Amino acid sequence: MGQPEPDKEKRELPEIPKEYRPAWSLPADAVDSISLAVEWPGQVTRDWAWGDSAGKGVRVCILDSGVEADHPLVGGVQRSVAVSIGEDDEVIVEDDSEGDLCGHGTACAGIVRGLAPDCELISVRVLGAGFTGSGGVLLAGLRWAVEQGFDVINMSLSTTKHQFAGILHELTDAAYFRRTVLVASAHNMPVESYPWRFSSVISVGSHEEPDPLTFFSNPNPPVEFFARGVDVEVAWLGGARIRCTGNSFATPHMSGLCALVLGKHPELTPFQLKSVLYLTSTNVGGGR
Amino acid sequence: MSEELKAAVAAGVLGSEESFRSLLQSVVEVARAIFGAKASSIFLFDEDTDELVFEAVAGEGAESLIGQRFPSSTGVAGWVLVTRQPLVIEDVTEDPRFSKEVAESTGFVPKGLMAVPLLYDERSLGVLEVLDRPERAQFSLVEMDLLGLFANQAAIALDLLRRARRAAAVLAESGEGADVVARLAATVEGLEDEQRTAGVKLLAALEEVLRRNEGG
Repeated sequence: MGQPEPDKEKRELPEIPKEYRPAWSLPADAVDSISLAVEWPGQVTRDWAWGDSAGKGVRVCILDSGVEADHPLVGGVQRSVAVSIGEDDEVIVEDDSEGDLCGHGTACAGIVRGLAPDCELISVRVLGAGFTGSGGVLLAGLRWAVEQGFDVINMSLSTTKHQFAGILHELTDAAYFRRTVLVASAHNMPVESYPWRFSSVISVGSHEEPDPLTFFSNPNPPVEFFARGVDVEVAWLGGARIRCTGNSFATPHMSGLCALVLGKHPELTPFQLKSVLYLTSTNVGGGR
Repeated sequence: MSEELKAAVAAGVLGSEESFRSLLQSVVEVARAIFGAKASSIFLFDEDTDELVFEAVAGEGAESLIGQRFPSSTGVAGWVLVTRQPLVIEDVTEDPRFSKEVAESTGFVPKGLMAVPLLYDERSLGVLEVLDRPERAQFSLVEMDLLGLFANQAAIALDLLRRARRAAAVLAESGEGADVVARLAATVEGLEDEQRTAGVKLLAALEEVLRRNEGG
């Protein structure tokens, strides 16, 4: 005869502290502890999604060419940093007083501010240290921004270098699980580039409508949303306003919308936020 | 590299830089004509100096601009190069700082510009710009697509130009008269049929004389 079976009912197990419990399983007695705060209405409308919200408390990071903070359309930034790579390949993140080296970052900041007047804006400048090494600076800047736990990161940048694809994938996934929404410009040329192609980000292309709140969900990804990106009046260097076209101007429209929704529903995960954007798209919820 | 191989490579390389430059020039001329623009230019990214260089220009400022350089990651062209995103800007003159910069470097202040990255394989090789389209009510995405098509063509031409320059540099560096032999081979390659036959005969005779001298 073999050994007697242990009595399962009476077997005592040590209590595992919550912080050491594996995150990939859910014991029966833990179900209540993860009950989710979001109460979904029968129909998700724009009013439910962002009615009365001005994006208060939401931190939006502009990963770009810097921001001209005193531009009237930008209305101030909470922090500006510049990212560079030092001589020993160390990442340097320092306070930035250069402003904007192109005008594009200022344009993006102005668009976000226009949609979400009460949000916080943080400028992370990843341009200006030369083209050589700009891929490394972009990655370092994105990594820093993800580590800061910003709610929204607006990036009109992409790379065509396959060697960066893996690291970018890890970074965008890390952002996704840390509840940082990455909004990235899609490429409108037939080239492979990243990170906009990854499903953990919100990728944005342009439509030609003049309304900043008109946006479409694309049933044929990888581009997931189309936002206003043609003939947009934007802030530019020297307090100027100019008209611009490009997916990189559609992107901050979606970032602004994300800030509005998160201002009202800060508990939403990127997955849930994307679902809300889908349900309130002009071609899905009809803009209600 | 053997002398024969060098000569063969050189036949393809020498003189090709001029052809590729003509191709680039043709791209900017056509881009300018199609968009009805005042000017169009192509910038090549120079890896050695980390700068953008005017490589081909059609229209205003054409003579003085070729060869001018500026930092690779500032301004609109720098932004486009680094981000690999196309950009269309209208009313540039409303921005005093931008106008000043452009005016100082080019002597020509555009009212608006379209800038698109020149992407080939994984590389961002440069930027194509179209300056001062005629005023229209609204820019359309169709024009953006058209610009992208031109960019593909320009990127291929730019890649060929880069390769030709690199090959020419390698030949020049290899020394020992290799570049002279290469030039000679390229010249013969470029001759008309009859002259070419005569040229080849002459070179064969020269080779025989040199070999005899070598043996004697």
